[in-house]
Amino acid sequence: MKTVVEAKNISFKYDVVPVLEDANLTVYEGDFMGIVGPNGSAKSTLIKLLLGLLKPQQGEIYLMDKSLQNFKEWHSIGYISQKVKGFNNSFPATVEEIVAANLYKEMGVFKFIRAKHREKIDEVLDIVGMTDYKKRLIGSLSGGQQQRIFIARTLISNPQIIFMDEPLVGVDLESEERFYRLMEKLNKDLGITLIMVSHDIGVITERTNRVACVGKRQVFVHDSKTFNNEEYIKSVYGDKIKLLHHRH
Amino acid sequence: MPEILTYSFMQRAFIAGIMVALICPSIGIFIVLRRLSMIGDTLSHVALAGVAAGMLGGVYPVYSALVFSVVAALGVEQLRKTYKDYAELSIAIVLSTGIGLATILISMGNANAAIFSYLFGSIALVSSKDVLVVVILSIIILVSILLLYRGLFYISFDEEAASLSGVPVKWMNIYFIILIAGTISVAMRIVGILLVSSLMVVPVAASLQIAKSFKAAWFYSVIFGLLSVIIGLTLSFYADLAPGGTIVLSAVGILVGVFIVQGLSRSITNNRSYESSWEKI
Repeated sequence: MKTVVEAKNISFKYDVVPVLEDANLTVYEGDFMGIVGPNGSAKSTLIKLLLGLLKPQQGEIYLMDKSLQNFKEWHSIGYISQKVKGFNNSFPATVEEIVAANLYKEMGVFKFIRAKHREKIDEVLDIVGMTDYKKRLIGSLSGGQQQRIFIARTLISNPQIIFMDEPLVGVDLESEERFYRLMEKLNKDLGITLIMVSHDIGVITERTNRVACVGKRQVFVHDSKTFNNEEYIKSVYGDKIKLLHHRH
Repeated sequence: MPEILTYSFMQRAFIAGIMVALICPSIGIFIVLRRLSMIGDTLSHVALAGVAAGMLGGVYPVYSALVFSVVAALGVEQLRKTYKDYAELSIAIVLSTGIGLATILISMGNANAAIFSYLFGSIALVSSKDVLVVVILSIIILVSILLLYRGLFYISFDEEAASLSGVPVKWMNIYFIILIAGTISVAMRIVGILLVSSLMVVPVAASLQIAKSFKAAWFYSVIFGLLSVIIGLTLSFYADLAPGGTIVLSAVGILVGVFIVQGLSRSITNNRSYESSWEKI
């Protein structure tokens, strides 16, 4: 299996507080990896480190076999941040304009949208099922619909890996189901490696093939099929925590 | 030819005014969307210090204003890094410095009437040299916006994503703030230092009410800017008023007009849907 993301012995501190110490992570091509962990356990930090948005004090990170310092193929990496939902809802931009923004590198010096770009926009909007909304203002869509637009925006640059930070926060159940069906399509049909931070351990283990648990300043990777919820809770919170089952 | 255009000073005022009407809202739309509305005011106060310095030192005031406001623009960028969590503080510091410096330089000189024309704009005093400088600088600014438009759009919407998709965010932010400084120096001759930032912001405010895409928002902003300048200059000529005031109040008038038309069309639609639901019953 080809390794597409690798973090070797990384340590990271916010000022003096260490959040990761000597942590390792390997992601293989075609993985759908969930990243879980308690609040403040450095899930988002880990993603930002992997993307070079934060620099580790120690250790090395490789994307597609290249160390981050030498990595240039950013068009093949997609990132949907938590912040994406915080945009100004009255921003006067159509879905088409938002999606086209990610073609920046491909548009040449004068940044004209050509026929081939328009085709590409239609194609990605079709994948996320939002073709009819092309001319709509982004702020007029629901949270779930906006999220699909941001996925389309990422898809337009033909990414091989997509990183997502809590994409399901504030999304209703129906949209969540639709989101996972879309992820399956991207992962299985288009062969895109997906890495996604989530706080919903129950759902994420059902949908992904591997789960990385971040806790105690370390990263532990499990196969989703053999992932044991109770063991996970013990390992990251300690023995004193008991799981309470909700019986109704 | 209408009488107003037979005067050569009015021809000059219109040429310069139209250039200003093209660049102010084009820069303004990014200023508004990035929530930087105060930056125009700040840099224009520093430009005033530049004008006063130019008059004292015998330098063409547009050039000295340009140098002062570009330096101030870079200062704002630098201070913004120092006070990361207090973005508006960098603006306040530069604004205070600008006003302080302007007050001292003006009191040192003896050219209050000339300063006045830069503060409130002037049509009678626009020289051929002014027009030439305005046209050349405006073309540079317009071409820059056309080339940077996609990047600025992406940065305004989502700076982090823009950076990942290859937009040179840092470089573009610095260039953008220099463009703002340039626009102020270009526009102050006609609109006046105190009102430049209004012409950057008010037409955009009106266009945001009706635009259904970014391109439309830009287009309407420029159209409203052009209308404001044409109406404002005409009023200024016939009523003998300072053009800065008439131009900006025309822009405000257009904004109010947009609100009224919107209100009317909303009440008509509501009425229709009320009538049609009545018919169904």
